Amino acid sequence: MAHQTKDRAHVDFLNLQPAEWQALLLTLKVATAALFVALPLAVVTAYLLARYRFPGHGIVNALVHMPLVLPPVVTGYVLLMMFGRKGPVGAFLSETLGISFAFNWTGAALAAGVMAFPLMVRPIRLSFEAVDPKLEEAAKSLGAYRAVAFVTITLPLALPGILGGAILGFAKAMGEFGATITFVSNIPGETRTLALAIYTATQSPSGDVAAFRMTLVAAFVAFAALIASELLARRLRKRLGAGHA
Amino acid sequence: MLDVDITGRLGQLDLQARFESDGGVTSLFGQSGSGKTTLTNMIAGLTNPTSGRIKLGETILFDADQGINLPVQARRIGHVFQDARLFPHLSVKSNLTYARWAGRRQGNRDLDEVVDLLGLRKLLSRKPDTLSGGERQRVAIGRALLSDPRLLIMDEPLANLDQARRNDILPYLDRLCVEAGIPILYVSHSIEEVSRLSNTLVILSDGQTPAFGPVADMLTRTDLGRATGRHEAGALVNGTVVKVDTLWGLTHVDIGGAVLQIPDMVAEPDDSVRLRIRARDVALAVVPPEGLSIRNAFEAYIRSISEESGPYAEILCVVGKQTIRARITRASVADLDLMPGKSVTVLIKSVAIDRRQRSPAQPQTSHVAL
Repeated sequence: MAHQTKDRAHVDFLNLQPAEWQALLLTLKVATAALFVALPLAVVTAYLLARYRFPGHGIVNALVHMPLVLPPVVTGYVLLMMFGRKGPVGAFLSETLGISFAFNWTGAALAAGVMAFPLMVRPIRLSFEAVDPKLEEAAKSLGAYRAVAFVTITLPLALPGILGGAILGFAKAMGEFGATITFVSNIPGETRTLALAIYTATQSPSGDVAAFRMTLVAAFVAFAALIASELLARRLRKRLGAGHA
Repeated sequence: MLDVDITGRLGQLDLQARFESDGGVTSLFGQSGSGKTTLTNMIAGLTNPTSGRIKLGETILFDADQGINLPVQARRIGHVFQDARLFPHLSVKSNLTYARWAGRRQGNRDLDEVVDLLGLRKLLSRKPDTLSGGERQRVAIGRALLSDPRLLIMDEPLANLDQARRNDILPYLDRLCVEAGIPILYVSHSIEEVSRLSNTLVILSDGQTPAFGPVADMLTRTDLGRATGRHEAGALVNGTVVKVDTLWGLTHVDIGGAVLQIPDMVAEPDDSVRLRIRARDVALAVVPPEGLSIRNAFEAYIRSISEESGPYAEILCVVGKQTIRARITRASVADLDLMPGKSVTVLIKSVAIDRRQRSPAQPQTSHVAL
């Protein structure tokens, strides 16, 4: 009997509860959505910052990096004021397009995307700067217009850096806490991601086991993502030829 | 064909260039920092001149007054850069065909033909970083040729190569200049390359173009000594192979009025050849000397003697229809009482005309000197 109970407890410990499954799937959904929206923007921003010197270059650069240096709760509060139901942008979007970020998972994705943005821009910008602009000149002299030269030359050569930025951004989006809880609160099934669920569990006297279980899950997902990105980067580098980061 | 008259500025350099060329190979010659790359970038459309115009055939590429400035992509100028600039992530074949799949330039030049012309058959599936410097330049030339160009700009394609690699690639350039069928603007600071390959020579010095014209004329102009480089100054002589003496390994070349004997030359009788004879390898005598090891000695008369200060004098001698340039000391000029119109014997050591200084004379060289 005693043996059996111990076995059961063991199994229970490894089995995710339905609410925890929900938090994990929600986290993946939020982080993926954040990545898909933020990555193209990050690529464009990084390219502009790397290749062009325009008036306000420094200001754009500073704005991009703001979420990195501000307390996350401040970023979340700014999002709430702008994208909340009564915020200027939030009100406009809900009236014209019927989109609302307030207290739902898209809001969590927005917060995660904003927080992850500077972490994506930085490595992508460095990889664009490493691509010799003279190669674009050569492409143009062969008849390729700017967009074509970008897609066929610069983008593939910067791909390892873009991949690095994407992994970093995805990891950040998965673990985002402060801005999310401030902006969209902690609603089970809607905005309670893994990080918020762990926090919630630690606030309950009987939540230690659940918190520990979810911590393991978070660690496993992060580790798997890092290994996958390393393998992918290695293959990319091989394809691009040595000497190109 | 190519008609350039522009002013511009890049960094510290004020550029003021004016020249015309009527096809064939035009060389842009000048020392490092004289503005060669700036000028070619303006012709290619990578940098904007501040004023003036550039015309290629019937197409106006740039005209400040009319507000015309064709973008790089529309100029159809094949550009071979000094540093090759191959795309490192693409195979040699994808590099060669880049203008077709990314630039939408079909052209009618056959890929196989270019691959054979430049000896690229075995390299097609390789990546650029596995190629030697010479192979890279050949791929870059092929890539530019396949972009359906109206003009091919070659910006010091040999500058980053060692002498052995240069000797590998020069025969390909010889063939290219004859067979490409498009005008070439060849940039170089090597008088050897320029005199071997070109028909027209444009001198560039401190951002200015003090002179341009047929290459043989330019090389015998003693007033351009500073720009053309004194040490390497010389004259170009065209001739026809009349006899190949296999016993002594000498080739006899008739230059019209004299026959020169040249060692170690791969040529057949009746071949047209171009020889470059450096001024410092030429000696003059007022009476025909005897008992000399020098095999090339012939009568000529003095056309002019430069009037510069310093220890040297540049003397132009005419034999038949050709001009030979000699550099001797001013002391000798005084001792031998040399003056224009006087007959002299020109002496050239056979070994001074070596195999690197000849090339097939090109079809367009009919307008050569004098």
